[in-house]
Amino acid sequence: MTHDPVRLYRTVRLIRRFEERAIELVRAGEIVGGIHPYLGQEGIAAGVCAALRDGDLVTGTHRGHGHVLGKGADPARMLAELCGRVTGLNRGRGGSMHAADFGVGVLGANAIVGAAGAILTGAVWARRRRGDDLVGATFFGDGAVNEGMLLEAFNLAALWRVPVLFVCENNGYATTMPVAGAVAGTIAGRAAAFGMPATVVDGQDPEQVRDATAAAVARMRAGGGPELVEAHTYRFDAHHTFEHAVRLEYRPPDEVAAGRSRDPVDIQGARLPPAARAAVDAEVEATLAAAVAYALASPPPDPAAALEHLYASGLTARTGGG
Amino acid sequence: MPRLSYRRALTRALADEMTRDESVFLLGEDIRVAAANVTSGLLKRFGPERVLDTPLSEQAFTSFATGAALAGLRPVLEFQIPSLLFLVFEQIVNHAHKFPLMTGGQCAVPVTYLVPGSGSRTGWAGQHSDHPYSLFAHVGVTTVVPATPADAYGLLVSAIRCDDPVVVFAPAGALDVRADVVDLAPVPLGRGVVRRPGTDVTVVAVGHLVHDALAVADELADQVSVEVFDPRTLYPVDWDGLVGSVSRTGRLVVVDDSNRSCGIAGEIIATVVERVRLLAPPRRVTRPDGAVLPFAPALDRAVQPGRDQLTAAIQLTMKDG
Repeated sequence: MTHDPVRLYRTVRLIRRFEERAIELVRAGEIVGGIHPYLGQEGIAAGVCAALRDGDLVTGTHRGHGHVLGKGADPARMLAELCGRVTGLNRGRGGSMHAADFGVGVLGANAIVGAAGAILTGAVWARRRRGDDLVGATFFGDGAVNEGMLLEAFNLAALWRVPVLFVCENNGYATTMPVAGAVAGTIAGRAAAFGMPATVVDGQDPEQVRDATAAAVARMRAGGGPELVEAHTYRFDAHHTFEHAVRLEYRPPDEVAAGRSRDPVDIQGARLPPAARAAVDAEVEATLAAAVAYALASPPPDPAAALEHLYASGLTARTGGG
Repeated sequence: MPRLSYRRALTRALADEMTRDESVFLLGEDIRVAAANVTSGLLKRFGPERVLDTPLSEQAFTSFATGAALAGLRPVLEFQIPSLLFLVFEQIVNHAHKFPLMTGGQCAVPVTYLVPGSGSRTGWAGQHSDHPYSLFAHVGVTTVVPATPADAYGLLVSAIRCDDPVVVFAPAGALDVRADVVDLAPVPLGRGVVRRPGTDVTVVAVGHLVHDALAVADELADQVSVEVFDPRTLYPVDWDGLVGSVSRTGRLVVVDDSNRSCGIAGEIIATVVERVRLLAPPRRVTRPDGAVLPFAPALDRAVQPGRDQLTAAIQLTMKDG
């Protein structure tokens, strides 16, 4: 847990600029397949991860760069992964939607909506059974609350009192589907049905997210079961960068303008003296300049080893040629 | 000599591995009371922390097991009904199977999925009688279908020790098989076995159908010399062992309890003809295309591969050349 406003600002700023640099690389053709930008939602990953310990575990989503960076992954290796380089976190086998860094407790961004909650619940349960004192946080969007397997995971975690923080990033839309068109009842109300405490927070304020997470994590470490945090936020950019080329009309312009007016980078930045903020900004720029250079200078993986790591047992698959 | 049933061989394998390795634990529905009669006695011996009854949440507990495996444990999941594998196909294929590659080798997912009672149990009808092993071979998840008590023990032990996900199909048609067992030992994954040597035709039989193939081979013994090859593992198949057998006999018939299209029999035939010049066109005996097992016992039997069909296929193959 960090109370340091500078460190928290550094994380939101790092995620913001990472995403902006990544979008540049998408446009330049260096990142193929595009990305799901986390722009606007940085306060959630930064706030939650600030309340976790290094040994705690997290899982992210298809919009997962913030979760991976917030937990402490190296931005250079993360960017190399997005560029499909052999030096990437996943050696170029995962890409944007599957970035993972087990070394810092990130059991992966997971591109199937609602799928990671049960995985993290099992991992935290297993580690605690071994005697490790840790908790987990699993991020998901508002769309995931209608996935049965996530609701099953709520039940298992609550039933077996596994200390997992279910973090709902409610950005108002599941791709283009507004929450009002998809969610019967409330998101927090789902937690109540499983006997889980739920806290609704302003996801644009990193400190509010951090403090709510810290309170929940403290209860969990003291022996409490899982909890839910619903963080209200707004996605500043497209669902996916493909939208930069294909205009989809689903968010009214005035709503977008209002959403963008509450910027977590500015909200946290305003808590710093201007000189301190400028120093962080410069440091982040230097970090990302080095990350971009590292990624672009890194070699691509060898196609002859395309299926390396398919089997942990060492089994080799038959090739597909005639 | 002690007689061992197939079911008790599975129980022994679970108990031995749980004794040998603290990281092995069981997860499933009604396993504490051993509703499927496989986990009998294990709750008393290993306690509730290692024999976990789950709610009816197959998708969540399958992925829970993936997470526990990522954290270093070796979960064994029991599914009472083979069709539940359709429900958790996503969790096995999209997560457990893909994690090692997608993470660039950062993890292993050593989970065993045990289905005691796969295929028809007669009278359990459309949603409880599937035998979906070919699906797992198709996606590349290690898949075993033991035919005998010794193999049930040995392959389950090897599955639990494997660092990858493994699906173990224990066919309902083999669960009551008993055999004299001298030594129980691990059976390596991916290694087939010749159950009966012969010189005229190789019959590849999967799971419980091995026993039907052996019976048919005996019935035909005065007409044709049948070699029965039991692949035991369907992914990866022991291609060299199989090709060795067919190279000796020159003829191939496969009997496979899958629906015909994209069943493992098709893959076995395709691979063999890529590598061996046969004396006669190969044949396969399978469930029909798109089969749903009907309820009435005569209908249930009518869509499963049977001994009469296998006999006819062998005789036609011999006639063809």
